[in-house]
Amino acid sequence: MPVGEKAGLPRGKPLRDAFGEALLRICEQYPQVVVLDGDLGNSTKAETVRKAFPERFLNLGIAESNLVGVAVGLAFCGFIPFVVSFSSFLLCNAYDQIRLGVAMSRANVKLVGSHGGITLGKDGPTQMGIEDLALVGGLPTCTILIPCDAYSMYKALEQAVTHEGPFFIRSSRYAMPRVYEEGSSWEIGKANILREGKDLTIIACGLMVACALDAWAELQKEGIEARVVDLHTLRPLDRAMIVKAARETGAIVVAEEHLLHGGVGSNVARVVAESYPCPMRFVGLEDTYTDSADADELLEAYHLTSSDIVAKCKEVLEAKNVARKGNTISSSIPRS
Amino acid sequence: MEGMRLSLCELKNLARELRLDVLEMTTRAKSGHPSSCFSAVEILTVLYFGGILRYHPDDPWWEERDRFILSKGHAAPLLYAVLARAGFFPRERLWTLRSLGSPLQGHPVARILPGVEATTGSLGQGLSVGLGHALAARLRNVSYRVYVLLGDGECQEGQVWEAAMAASHFRVSNLTAIVDYNKFQETGPVAREMNLEPFRAKWEAFGFYVQEVDGHNIEALLEAFAALQKVVDRPSVLIAHTVKGKGVSFVEADYTFHGRALTEEEAKKAREEILCL
Ligand SMILES: Cc1ncc(C[n+]2csc(CCOP(=O)(O)OP(=O)(O)O)c2C)c(N)n1
Ligand SMILES: [Mg+2]
Repeated sequence: MPVGEKAGLPRGKPLRDAFGEALLRICEQYPQVVVLDGDLGNSTKAETVRKAFPERFLNLGIAESNLVGVAVGLAFCGFIPFVVSFSSFLLCNAYDQIRLGVAMSRANVKLVGSHGGITLGKDGPTQMGIEDLALVGGLPTCTILIPCDAYSMYKALEQAVTHEGPFFIRSSRYAMPRVYEEGSSWEIGKANILREGKDLTIIACGLMVACALDAWAELQKEGIEARVVDLHTLRPLDRAMIVKAARETGAIVVAEEHLLHGGVGSNVARVVAESYPCPMRFVGLEDTYTDSADADELLEAYHLTSSDIVAKCKEVLEAKNVARKGNTISSSIPRS
Repeated sequence: MEGMRLSLCELKNLARELRLDVLEMTTRAKSGHPSSCFSAVEILTVLYFGGILRYHPDDPWWEERDRFILSKGHAAPLLYAVLARAGFFPRERLWTLRSLGSPLQGHPVARILPGVEATTGSLGQGLSVGLGHALAARLRNVSYRVYVLLGDGECQEGQVWEAAMAASHFRVSNLTAIVDYNKFQETGPVAREMNLEPFRAKWEAFGFYVQEVDGHNIEALLEAFAALQKVVDRPSVLIAHTVKGKGVSFVEADYTFHGRALTEEEAKKAREEILCL
């Protein structure tokens, strides 16, 4: 069953197509935007700009370190460069250039990492961005946005242009279902509650948002009320929303299309540990690279489906109940 | 047996078979980079079956084997087809390309399959790994040669030139880079996207012995590799002039075939053309 169907979400277009369209709109509105490609414009869909504004589109070839360095120079001359490649090649090949040139220099460079996660599928692990959030998350100053549909992709790009400073935006090849209605509020650093619930909270980003909504529907049938939060901004992290989830629902599952190490889950866990410690479970890639296969097969094989989220939700609820009982017993012991 | 030395006629036939294998693998997988494989078919055919590389399929990691590293990892289906024909694993495995549980990953992952020397797919990395193997031969006092196949677009990566500088600095003569100079990269012609010319002069300036060859002429390739084996004082590069998509007219004529498999329909036409080669 396609992702988003259980939740009744309308089918969406591949996120990269939404990115290409959004980038073009951004270029139409903001003349200071230039697009820098690493010979992947046809795959990332940055080529929409090449066709419409050839003079504002530079292909720097298959040379990511140079690509980022050039963007830094352009940014310091008043342009707003969007650097677009696969998230793996961009972050892994140009990490030090991003670290010094972009992050430490607080340059107004917007990095777009396409083909994030495992759902690029058959091209395999060498091309996948499964460490990208950990890598970019390791760079102070860089705002990190993880859109989950066409609407949020446009909002992400728009806000990246209107906010000064380094940005990383994750794009994907996967056709993500529509989560947001036109006109919905979507702001950097402000996670959105998509479904209300009191039993537990599912915090998700990217493709996992639609999976979480599917899980919400499944849980509802069983009388479990889950809150679903789209944590689309990894930095700055919406601490208040996380604390609220811990305090009000007392159990949290985090789902991400990324390695569990260093991704969204570990960031959320730190906030929970510091505020209202509560049982937590994590859906993501266990310490492994994947095979090359069809995207949906991979999601299933590596446990990134709504059923996997549901299973973790049940686990976390059980842990919550055990903890509650434990508390009641200990509080009923008479104090001497 | 150390490697394989087939006759000219057998090599030509084998090249045709390899193109058909690649076509079938990628069409079945409904993805992959057949056009990038087609331009390198004769190069790999000559290396593996023309008596250039020394290898033992039943002892794939034999210390003194010659190494072949596919730096342009997106041509993985060709490498797998060649390794199967050379006897490293049964040919039936080819049809598992890009499917769950198969070691025939979309891009090569080192050593999960006999004969796959390096993990590649992020372009630019193979020549450095090849240099490591070449230096190890010197340190271990064994003699083998290392061949690394690069794409022309791939040569835009700075790391290629870092490796070239180092290979020449260490006077590593058992290292040969081969450039599949098919004049196209992913988004267009190399000369338009990021020109490499003067290409020969670049390699020469980096201290390489340079030879150019028609990368689809088997006899010329045999001669060129033989000549390069005689270079003893520096690394060498073979600039192989090739045609992207070679053997299938409508793929040759359209660079947007990069990175996509042929449909069943297209594959049928392609097959007919390849059979006439
Ligand atoms: C570091 C890196 N950047 C980008 C890519 C995406 N990519 C895959 S193949 C390719 C074009 C390669 O062109 P070329 O080296 O000329 O090889 P050809 O297919 O023409 O043989 C690109 C840009 C990649 N694999 N690795
Ligand atoms: Mg090329």
